[in-house]
Amino acid sequence: MDGWTALADPTRRSIFELVAARPRAVGELAAELPVTRPAVSQHLKLLKSARLVLDHAEGTRRVYRVDPAGLQDLRAQLDRFWNTALANFKRLVEQPEEEA
Amino acid sequence: MTGPPAQDTSVRSEIVVEAPIERAFDAFTRQFDRIKPREHNMLGVDIAESVFESHAGGRVYDRGVDGSECQWARVVAFEPPDRVVFTWDINPYWQIESDLDKASEVEVRFIAESPTRTRVELESKLDEPRTP
Repeated sequence: MDGWTALADPTRRSIFELVAARPRAVGELAAELPVTRPAVSQHLKLLKSARLVLDHAEGTRRVYRVDPAGLQDLRAQLDRFWNTALANFKRLVEQPEEEA
Repeated sequence: MTGPPAQDTSVRSEIVVEAPIERAFDAFTRQFDRIKPREHNMLGVDIAESVFESHAGGRVYDRGVDGSECQWARVVAFEPPDRVVFTWDINPYWQIESDLDKASEVEVRFIAESPTRTRVELESKLDEPRTP
C-alpha cells in the first residue's frame, strides 16, 4: 500500500497527524480517538507498511513516529504532480490553435 | 548517496514551450482542466472537471462525476500574461489543509524568450508537519 492510499482513510489520517505532531504509543492514540486499541494497532500496521511511520519499543510500550523517508516520498509525489502537469501543459499549448 | 536535505520543501519545475506568452498564460489558466493530473484526486469519486477561476480571489476546485466539489486552492495573484499565484490548500499528506493560515503557495511565472517561445517557471512549497 502506498502513502496516499494509506492516508485515504480518515482514521488513519488522524492517527498519522497525531504521530506527526509527536511520537505516541498505541494506548495514547486509542485514548485520543474514538477507536479501539486493536483497531489503532491495525491502522498503525498499515501506516508502517506504507513507510509513513516507524516504531520502537520503550519498555513494554511500542512508540510510533513519522518515517522521514516516507515523507520524502510524498514530497517526490508533489514533484511528479507538477512535472506531469507541465508536460500536459506543453502538449496542450503546442497543439495547433483549432485543435486546442 | 545523499538526497536533498529534508528541510528543503520547495519543489521547482520549469518548462519551455513553443507558444507566445499570452497563449501560454491563457492555456495554463483557462485550460487547467486538461493540465492537472487526474490521478491526484481528493474526492471519493472520479473527477468530471477541474475549474480554475481566472481572477484574484478565484477558486480552484475539482468537480466529481456526482457533482461533489473539492476546492483545493485560492487564486492570490492573477497578472496576465506574466504571473499567477495560488494557495496550495493541501498538506503534506495530500489532504485539504483545514487551517488556511498554514496553506502554502504555488507561483507560476511566464517569461517570453522570443515572440513564439515562453519559459514557464513553477515553484511550489510543501510545508513540514508542524508541532503544535
